[in-house]
Amino acid sequence: MFAHIEPMPNLTKRAPSLRLILGLVAAALFLAGWQLTARLGGLPSFILPSPADVWTRFLLVLADGSLLSHTLVTLTEALTGLLAGAVFATLMGYLIARSRVLENLLSPYLVASQAIPLVAIAPLLVIWFGPGMFSKFLICALIVFFPVLVNTVVGVRAVPAALHDLMTSLRASRAQSLLKLEVPAALPVFLGGLRIGATLSVIGAVVGELVGSDRGLGFLVNVGRGQYDTALVFVAVFALIALALTLYGIVALAEKKLLVWQNVER
Amino acid sequence: MTTVPPILTLRDLSATFPDNNGGLQALERVSFDVHPREFVALIGPSGCGKSTLLRILAGILRPSAGDVDFGDLRQPRVGMVFQQANLMPWRTTLENIMLPLELSGDADAETRARALIELVGLTGFEHNWPRELSGGMAQRVAIARALVHDPDLLLLDEPFGSLDALTRERMWMELSRIWQARQNTVIMVTHSISEALFLADRVLVLTARPGRVKLDLQVDLPRPRADEMRFTSHFGNLARNLKEAIE
Ligand SMILES: Nc1ncnc2c1ncn2[C@@H]1O[C@H](COP(=O)(O)OP(=O)(O)O)[C@@H](O)[C@H]1O
Ligand SMILES: [Mg+2]
Repeated sequence: MFAHIEPMPNLTKRAPSLRLILGLVAAALFLAGWQLTARLGGLPSFILPSPADVWTRFLLVLADGSLLSHTLVTLTEALTGLLAGAVFATLMGYLIARSRVLENLLSPYLVASQAIPLVAIAPLLVIWFGPGMFSKFLICALIVFFPVLVNTVVGVRAVPAALHDLMTSLRASRAQSLLKLEVPAALPVFLGGLRIGATLSVIGAVVGELVGSDRGLGFLVNVGRGQYDTALVFVAVFALIALALTLYGIVALAEKKLLVWQNVER
Repeated sequence: MTTVPPILTLRDLSATFPDNNGGLQALERVSFDVHPREFVALIGPSGCGKSTLLRILAGILRPSAGDVDFGDLRQPRVGMVFQQANLMPWRTTLENIMLPLELSGDADAETRARALIELVGLTGFEHNWPRELSGGMAQRVAIARALVHDPDLLLLDEPFGSLDALTRERMWMELSRIWQARQNTVIMVTHSISEALFLADRVLVLTARPGRVKLDLQVDLPRPRADEMRFTSHFGNLARNLKEAIE
């Protein structure tokens, strides 16, 4: 006799520890391969530093506080740019989704603007707005703008017509329809756009810093390259990866918390 | 028969949807009265404009001609059950049912929603998401949501169409119990003659598109109606009348 009906056991679900072990093994293999290539390949450290070199360099910049301060600069640029770009894109996306006239008026420009490689106009923005954080903030905001805009439009358009009918039959006001229907209905697609925007904004900040800056992780990459301090370049790159993953992770966590209703099992 | 003024008067109501050749006429000069606390069933072939009629009454669509007069009510509170449950997937059972009260700013929304949950037999499922509910349960949530703000007019669009026969008949019992307790005015679209005769005071048969009222039949079967009623000769006569009108 069975007391309960249970789903068939599932390896990936039942054994998170196994997944962790496999991940660690993969990381260890990668490091070992890297160390071997660097040592046996006879490559000088300014071409390919070994993991041990990078680790030593990491401890140095960590100790003198420079890694933290440059990371904070890039983080600030990426976050403020993400915020501004996302807010602007959301407002604009909502208006476009609600108005065919506005869509026909703006979408040719918006689509054309995507053909401009941001990397190519980054130098212009740095010339116009200086090597400080503001030009990077602008680049981030611009790069974040489009994916968030598109997903806002798609999300708002996808609100089921039948739910609009329900709100009308209940005599909901415009504001109530926005808050109780459109926002929650568009949220899954919107957050998908924000998740893409979060990684793009780190890229935007670094591109700006590489073009011209006196602070930030992109600046650190430039310094390392200029001084043949390749280990420092590696440290900066790893810091950037960590930064992008953190921002991505924050949005992914927000998705998980806000969209619980999507993830329940049937 | 009654001196109470109608709660709802339709006069020469027509509905035409724009299409490529001169417009598609869904309803043509539909006229009838509905009295307070009356339970009216609407029967008619697919595509004859039944849903369109309900959507006009709910204020979702505007008629292309004719008018709808709600008498003294002017702007009646409407509760509508759609062909699909039409729940908000990001709201739990309780939150879905509370929606109409939230919109009208009702203070004791939760207490009233919980009372409705008990009424439709969903106790224990207050905090489940719509995707965790079966079709029948979701439809009961939709019915509770349509009743929670004590609407003047309850509009039901084939509310039990998606349910299996057993659940459907249980829902008939529940609906007629709810209706007798609350005494709302109900207009229900259905495809089923026995459903109409089991629940309604009056059945309106519409013609094929464009829909017009073809038959207005009083159902004078005693209440409460039970299953055995179906085997009486009076029920048989009414059913035959309806069947002939529907063709
Ligand atoms: N929004 C709409 N736009 C165009 N045609 C519609 C629309 N809604 C309904 N119709 C058409 O009007 C007719 C009546 O539809 P409906 O009221 O849904 O019929 P029923 O509910 O009786 O099956 C159908 O031919 C349908 O295709
Ligand atoms: Mg219909």
